[in-house]
Amino acid sequence: MGRQATHGTATAHAGEFKRLVLPHLDAAYNLARFLSRDPVAADDIVQEAFLRAFRAFDSYRGGDSKSWLLAIVRNCSFSWAKASRVGVGGSAPDPDELADPLQETPESSLVRGSEIEQLRAMIEKLPDPFRETLILRELEELSYKQIAEITGAPVGTVMSRLARARQMLSDKLEPRR
Amino acid sequence: MSACGDKELQLHGLLDGELDAVNTLACEAHLRVCPGCGAEFQRLQSLRTALRAPAVRFAASPALRARVAAALEPSRTPDTAAAVLTQRPARSFSIWAASAAVAALAAVCVSLMLVYWSSPGLADELVASHVRSLLATHLIDVEASDRHVVKPWFNGKVDFAPPVIELADAGFPLAGGRLDYIHGRVVAAIVYRRRQHVINLFVWPAGVAGSAGPASLRQDGYSLTCWTQAGLEFCAISDLDRGELQQFRASFAQRARP
Repeated sequence: MGRQATHGTATAHAGEFKRLVLPHLDAAYNLARFLSRDPVAADDIVQEAFLRAFRAFDSYRGGDSKSWLLAIVRNCSFSWAKASRVGVGGSAPDPDELADPLQETPESSLVRGSEIEQLRAMIEKLPDPFRETLILRELEELSYKQIAEITGAPVGTVMSRLARARQMLSDKLEPRR
Repeated sequence: MSACGDKELQLHGLLDGELDAVNTLACEAHLRVCPGCGAEFQRLQSLRTALRAPAVRFAASPALRARVAAALEPSRTPDTAAAVLTQRPARSFSIWAASAAVAALAAVCVSLMLVYWSSPGLADELVASHVRSLLATHLIDVEASDRHVVKPWFNGKVDFAPPVIELADAGFPLAGGRLDYIHGRVVAAIVYRRRQHVINLFVWPAGVAGSAGPASLRQDGYSLTCWTQAGLEFCAISDLDRGELQQFRASFAQRARP
């Protein structure tokens, strides 16, 4: 559509990409940052994702460009996690740690300043599937259907992951009596 | 007081505007008569309010934005865009490194193939310094696995405060620190161990001794990875393989976050 084989094709291509995909840069960074939990890696993931997206733009058939881009960011994040996790440590948090993500140590009380930081830290402690679902819904404001497309999970699974993620977070924020 | 078990998912659906008209009405009617579900729904709403505070969401840095935008100038094709994104601010950049980086990027989505050194020779100097530290008995000036010993030791010896972080639980015990000399200035070297391997982490203020930029490469059998964080340049060097060094970098960078 509008990308006929003229000598302006490349220009149109880049222009259209810029118009449709570039506005989602912050969304891409936000997702990469929460998935990788690493500011340096998030930059690299986003660059790689944009590069891949630009290369694959020919195969983009219209539709929701934000979901399309975020699916690529998600793949790049997982490739990064796989490459950087060689055994020890890794990104999977200890389930016990989840019980109290804000346990007081001198370091952690120094490190976490504001409430925003606490909230971010709590989100980062959520296990992968819950974390990504929550980010896509609450921070990126995508619909269940869009989240299902991005994560490849059925809508029912998206719903239950979201419910569980919110449960874990709100239990931390204001414990139920 | 808690929500009715069979209504819980519906409350989320209602909050997200994902229920059809019939279920929306039924759920709202239920909320009016069931205090348990009402309280739960309020909890969900206040959680949403907290999460949607604009500051929670991370935003791309201006540098990243500029880099991505530059790669998408109207004249770009995917290949020239790749060149822009992989070389970063294009200066002293060899064709060999460019094509190696592009090829590697195309292969897998590993993040860290951005090979460029804005200060020629910095990589050599770092490697030389690493090797020297192992040859001479000058690996460590202050030997301690306790950051509360190592960190204050740097006070007054360098004019900045390098973050000293314990990473024993990630498999990189702190061994100590020393002063080193890179590109005409005194820098901090923090020493970690990994099994029998040594990692030298060089730290200096960003922009004074030349910037390595976020880059990683292998040179003379040593892995190098550099990044900038909180106004400081970091370069980690070791004979570990790249994967393990990246793991070190990720652990360190995450905990050094202000």
